[in-house]
Amino acid sequence: MKEHSLIVVGGGPAGLAAAFSAYQEGVKDILIIERDDKLGGILNQCIHNGFGLHRFKEELTGPEYAYRYEQLVKNTDIKVLLNSMVINISENREMTVLSRDEGLLSLKGKAIVLAMGCRERTRGAISIPGDRVAGIFTAGTAQRYMNISGYSVGKNVVILGSGDIGLIMARRMTLEGSKVLAVVELCPYSNGLNRNIVQCLNDFDIPLYLKHTITDIKADERHCRVKEVTIAKVDDNNQPIKGSEIHIACDTVLLSVGLIPENELSKKAGVDLDKKTKGPIVDDTLQTSIEGIFACGNVLQVHDLVDNVSQEAQKAGKNAARYIKEGKRKIDRTVKLEFNDNISYICPQIINVTDSTDDIDVFFRVKKPIENCFIEIKSSTARRIKKIKLIPSEMEKITIKKDEIITSPSLSISVEAIQDD
Amino acid sequence: MKYDVIIIGAGITGNSIAFELSKYKLKVAVIDKENDVANATTKANSGIIHGGYDPIKNTYMARCNVIGNRKTRELAKKLNVHIKNIGSLVVGRKDKDKEKIDELYERGITNGVPGLSIIDGKEQIHLLEKNLQDDIDYALLCTSACIISPWEYALALAYTAKVNGTDFFLDEEVTDIDKTESGFRIKTSKNEYQSDFIFNCAGLYADKIFDLALKDAKEESFKITPVKGEYYLLDKDQGDIVSHVIFQIPSEKGKGVLVSPTVHGNLIIGPDALEIEDKDDVSNTYSGLSFVKESSKQSVKNINFASNIRNFTGIRATIKGCDDFYIKESKTLPRFINFAGIKSPGLSSAIEFGTIAVSFIRGRKRLDKKKHFTLYPLPTFFKDLKESEKIKLLKKDPDYGEVICRCETVTLGEIKKAIDAPIGARSIDGIKRRTNAGMGRCQGGFCSHKVFSILKKKLNLPFDEVYQDKTGSQIVLFKTKGGK
Repeated sequence: MKEHSLIVVGGGPAGLAAAFSAYQEGVKDILIIERDDKLGGILNQCIHNGFGLHRFKEELTGPEYAYRYEQLVKNTDIKVLLNSMVINISENREMTVLSRDEGLLSLKGKAIVLAMGCRERTRGAISIPGDRVAGIFTAGTAQRYMNISGYSVGKNVVILGSGDIGLIMARRMTLEGSKVLAVVELCPYSNGLNRNIVQCLNDFDIPLYLKHTITDIKADERHCRVKEVTIAKVDDNNQPIKGSEIHIACDTVLLSVGLIPENELSKKAGVDLDKKTKGPIVDDTLQTSIEGIFACGNVLQVHDLVDNVSQEAQKAGKNAARYIKEGKRKIDRTVKLEFNDNISYICPQIINVTDSTDDIDVFFRVKKPIENCFIEIKSSTARRIKKIKLIPSEMEKITIKKDEIITSPSLSISVEAIQDD
Repeated sequence: MKYDVIIIGAGITGNSIAFELSKYKLKVAVIDKENDVANATTKANSGIIHGGYDPIKNTYMARCNVIGNRKTRELAKKLNVHIKNIGSLVVGRKDKDKEKIDELYERGITNGVPGLSIIDGKEQIHLLEKNLQDDIDYALLCTSACIISPWEYALALAYTAKVNGTDFFLDEEVTDIDKTESGFRIKTSKNEYQSDFIFNCAGLYADKIFDLALKDAKEESFKITPVKGEYYLLDKDQGDIVSHVIFQIPSEKGKGVLVSPTVHGNLIIGPDALEIEDKDDVSNTYSGLSFVKESSKQSVKNINFASNIRNFTGIRATIKGCDDFYIKESKTLPRFINFAGIKSPGLSSAIEFGTIAVSFIRGRKRLDKKKHFTLYPLPTFFKDLKESEKIKLLKKDPDYGEVICRCETVTLGEIKKAIDAPIGARSIDGIKRRTNAGMGRCQGGFCSHKVFSILKKKLNLPFDEVYQDKTGSQIVLFKTKGGK
């Protein structure tokens, strides 16, 4: 069994940033394991721009953003194993890797960073009725066919779900000469970034049907390909309203109905998962329930912006480096972050208070849009931050101050609408 | 081309017959309109090898199921087909279901089903299955029932028939059948064949095929009524909700909604039973799926339907008024033998159809066994090999080190092998049935484009001839502006 100081599982934006950050902290023996034949992960197929505004203060495409990090890593001693997949991890940080070039490997990491990313929710996950024929894709799969393989998956398209990839694909397919006939969203609000609604739908006159869903998909006579989609309005319980059906002739359905952190490997290691984020439960250093195993990026929580992924990964890499050098932290006490009903999740979920505890950034999402509201951080005191609007598709960041942490036995975050008097 | 026997239909029935006949010195061909074997009813059912307590005695169903259960278990192991002898439970409430369950028990004993026992009492039953509904207190246990991968089973039978000399003509629709002096002339969308015998195993289309041959003499005609059944297939995190096949009390409509683990570790729930017109209508419906979901709660609790990864629909070919399989030689057209109305327990019984097919030929044609008949076992999934075997294979071929389907850990080597199989995969779903690639929780989201490229390259296909499943089920429609 070969041992490395740090093994990073996944060579996408999270893995690259974590590895580079650990390297900067002085860890030299780092290995990145990547399933694909190149680094960069899903960024490689995101050929649109809008990446890097925060991280590099300029607008980059996905491959350009990935390239920047690849170059950073390339100029170090960080080792990269491509075409290689970790097929098992144990709680003592030993792993089995299946690799095209190296065969079957047994490796051990003093620390491990999990950076496997996420996958798309599929048709099955939401049980869309209708025929099961060619022409139904998740938006990311369609994006891969278009941007990497060079083929378009459809001419007349209906998109279910207004997640960012779906919106980006609406524009992408339009630019390739296809017609996007409708974007259909179950919620009364969009689930993508506002800028994507404007730039990808409004600018191209693509209609967005809120509070609608697909109720049927019909195949052509030969049962080969999608021929027609039926959409219908839904009531407040998300049940289709009879009589509101619209039939749309099309050959393609794209699904952009959510992302799920890919934690099958984490489960094998015995890492505790958060039911809501579907990612590992982590402390303020992004360490999971297993000592020496850290998590960052979309495997931890689904992000809206890659810039945030890089930032989070940098923190995970730094903390992993610290663990490698200093071992287990001396923890005074553990505080679980509580949150109220308007918040769907919070990450990190716990704070381990030590003598070096400093300000801590915490991320959360609201369950549904709330206008004119405040975020309240309750410690030994209470602090309110006013907000004009919070929406589920935009992750919220707050900083809990050192004083708030060390002086209080409990911490809670809540979001409340401001009552008009 | 001239054959002794032509089998129309490459489902489990046709393949079982082809398998058995390939042991003899006969010239046999199998014709199917689909581009792969096992591509209709055989690929979409519950995947159960029943014990055989359900059919009425002295029927083909009773006889074939009970013998079939034993034979299938032996053969599936030899053919390296995934099969698990997990046993089944018919569960109910003593106060209202006792009579029915006892009747099934008695019938099973009459039919000669091994491993039957009645389990009386909540505690005993819940010791066997912790997720059964609390008020279930009476059950029939059948330890001989198994779960199987139905398409793997059909593929292994077809591969074996093929390597032992049987011809397979896929993607060819039979368009006409004429009686000749010595037998039949069969016209297809691509070719013309002569044959002394015809075995009609055309499943949902068996009535159409028979009518083609009968011409205007329709007295013997029968009509296939398609009965649709919808299913849920849940992620492996639900695979241990139950450890037996859990049946509800059967009714005239069928065996009810079952809940069972699959051989690959998922949980399957279904089917309902709805008579339909269109033989190809494998769509899912709101009503069908909600019926299945709600019905499952009569027997099993704690199923997390949020873990659903796929819904599908299977269609049984039934003949109204016929409570048994319709296995008969035509009176007007001797040597035209129908294997029709093969509904449940068709999969369990199929292997015995081969023996029956031979009995129709015996005495009318020389039947000499071949000196060499070899089974063609399916390759073991790479992920299931012992470590030493993995290392050996990897040394020989690095393609086994490249994972294509991450959810099911399927390697490039396995996918290439599926394309090179005796009846090779020609579509993305063909690869899926042979390797499990795309069958996991992401449903091919990450691997379908890779499989697309592998098929395209290895078979040298233009992009618009790489299909999802059926011929014509095009995946990509045109090249992008920058696409090469």
